[in-house]
Amino acid sequence: MSVLVDTSTRVVVQGITGREGAFHAARCKEYGTQVVGGVTPGKGGTTHEGFPVWNTVDEAVREEDANCALIFVPPAAAADAIMEAAAAGVPLVICITEGIPVTDMVRTKHFLGGTASRLIGPNCPGVITPGQAKIGIMPGHIHRPGPVGVVSRSGTLTYEVVGQLTGRGIGQSTCVGIGGDPVNGTSFVEVLRLFNEDPATRAIMMIGEIGGTAEEEAAAFISAHVRKPVVGFICGQTAPPGRRMGHAGAIIAGGKGTAAEKMKALEAAGATLVRSPADMGATVAKVIGA
Amino acid sequence: MKIHEHQAKSLLRDFGVAVPGGDVADTPAGARAIAQRLGGKVVVKAQVHAGGRGKAGGIKLADDPAGAEAAARQILGMRLKTPQTPPEGILVRTVMVEEASAIDRELYLSITLDRGRSTHVVMASQAGGMEIEEVAERTPEKIFREWTHPALGLGDFQARRLAFGLGLTGDRLKQGVALIRGLFALYLARDCSLVEINPLVVTKDGRVLALDAKLNFDDNALYRHPAVVALRDVHEEDPLDVEASKYSLNYIKLDGNVGCMVNGAGLAMATMDIVKLAGGEPANFLDVGGGASPEQIENAFRILSSDPSVKAVFINVFGGILRVDRLAEGVIAAVRTLGLTLPVVLRAEGTNVELGKKMLAESGLALTMADDMADGARKAVAFAKGARA
Repeated sequence: MSVLVDTSTRVVVQGITGREGAFHAARCKEYGTQVVGGVTPGKGGTTHEGFPVWNTVDEAVREEDANCALIFVPPAAAADAIMEAAAAGVPLVICITEGIPVTDMVRTKHFLGGTASRLIGPNCPGVITPGQAKIGIMPGHIHRPGPVGVVSRSGTLTYEVVGQLTGRGIGQSTCVGIGGDPVNGTSFVEVLRLFNEDPATRAIMMIGEIGGTAEEEAAAFISAHVRKPVVGFICGQTAPPGRRMGHAGAIIAGGKGTAAEKMKALEAAGATLVRSPADMGATVAKVIGA
Repeated sequence: MKIHEHQAKSLLRDFGVAVPGGDVADTPAGARAIAQRLGGKVVVKAQVHAGGRGKAGGIKLADDPAGAEAAARQILGMRLKTPQTPPEGILVRTVMVEEASAIDRELYLSITLDRGRSTHVVMASQAGGMEIEEVAERTPEKIFREWTHPALGLGDFQARRLAFGLGLTGDRLKQGVALIRGLFALYLARDCSLVEINPLVVTKDGRVLALDAKLNFDDNALYRHPAVVALRDVHEEDPLDVEASKYSLNYIKLDGNVGCMVNGAGLAMATMDIVKLAGGEPANFLDVGGGASPEQIENAFRILSSDPSVKAVFINVFGGILRVDRLAEGVIAAVRTLGLTLPVVLRAEGTNVELGKKMLAESGLALTMADDMADGARKAVAFAKGARA
């Protein structure tokens, strides 16, 4: 068991003829993911590095039963690519692209509300169920199957915690990067709900960051619903207010969105808080008694 | 991205939003000429990207053109220090000269993204001229909010509700509704991240005007607004930040002495946190990004080490897309080119880590290896405090 992706996931890569798209499509396939091909408008009917290429996501769904779209389309066209995948009925859309304008995402999120599709990201590393499917840009070899569900707004910080867990012999059920943008598809709360219901997940590692109130909403959900141990870390404890720390969403504005507030909320909800990013793996180990 | 008040007001005018008459000058004589043209009393305002100008002496009232010239002479060339500027202040290069308005009421209006609702929110309050955060804290019932439809935008009924909330009636109500609609049109059309009018005023002669205007833009959308990019004033930014932006590096200068070079925004923030936990102070936030080239690494290294307060460098990299060997190539090139003598602590994991470490070991650089994040932070902080390897 796992959440979101497994061996039955059939991936179509949008933007497969681009440098990043082609590179990562190959890495995902090497890992064992079923990558059925890619989409680049105007290049349909060709093949690219061994993958069939279609003009539209519709064709990939019709011909190869694609049930997941992985998006590497450049920022100016990425929101449109998300909507194309959703309109084609793809149930899971994972958007890696960083730098999509906020107004585009506001409209796109509204559009998604009228479809049955779930969006992960944008500006995220993707989703991996170790040993089953890697759909994203994370280094596959640092993961191993196991009982910890990981959910994070940050890419490399997720690799950091996974590295610490695997180094201690603790595997992961699924790792979900929800992305560092202010408007994203799937929130902490929705991933926490999935982990809470997943029998393979025994504990949850949640990595938040400054900006917005997604962590506070997660804390309310944990307190009311989550019956599994949650370990939390919030990065940006030392970030100055008013400056955007890399991620478009990571900004303390008007005195709101500080790490201290988020840590307090999570702690009050019963999560075990980690102060130092070096102690994330050790704390999870303690919590699950590994 | 931020712009000056006079640039913001010019954009407001383009969208039919009423603002006081005025223009911008970079000499006292220029200020005098504008005051002459406007006639009557004027306000001379320092143009810097920071609020709190009035209290700091950056805004002066003048009765006539000669007074405007004198005020501009005082303000131009001064280093304006407000709570929002760096401690040394910002050099004032231009002033705006504007007709003085006889104010009846001061109101507040702003538009920004509401992340929780994933759409834009227009906020209005009768408590103009005050810090809106304070109003929200003490008297939240005095703020009126309308969330716009993600696809359809701001409804006329919403603009009216806001204008009624502001206590506008009669012809002022009509002006207020038009102004709110114009502001939202500007916000959407130019991909703003913030439009703030504080104060929005009703004048004694019954006009509704944007007396001040603060506009920020979504950096991700600048590619489709070359006219907005042209408004950027690099004088208002830290020179190292400007240099970093040339190479698409996410760099923010901070006050400490441990230079940090990291891939990924989250890990970069976490690295700052762990430096602090180890008893040090980070000198910067620097995310070199996922797919940094050796050239970008070289420039990143040059920029962060050109900050004179940096006493040690901590490189913390978890290679995913960024391969550790490419990072090593950039670091070696930078240290060679710059003849750098700063102590460098490296912690690297991930793709091609063995190759990268081998390259660095064989390069002859005085590099200290760290076992993990905590170890790296400890070592870098010790170097910064003057300890020897």
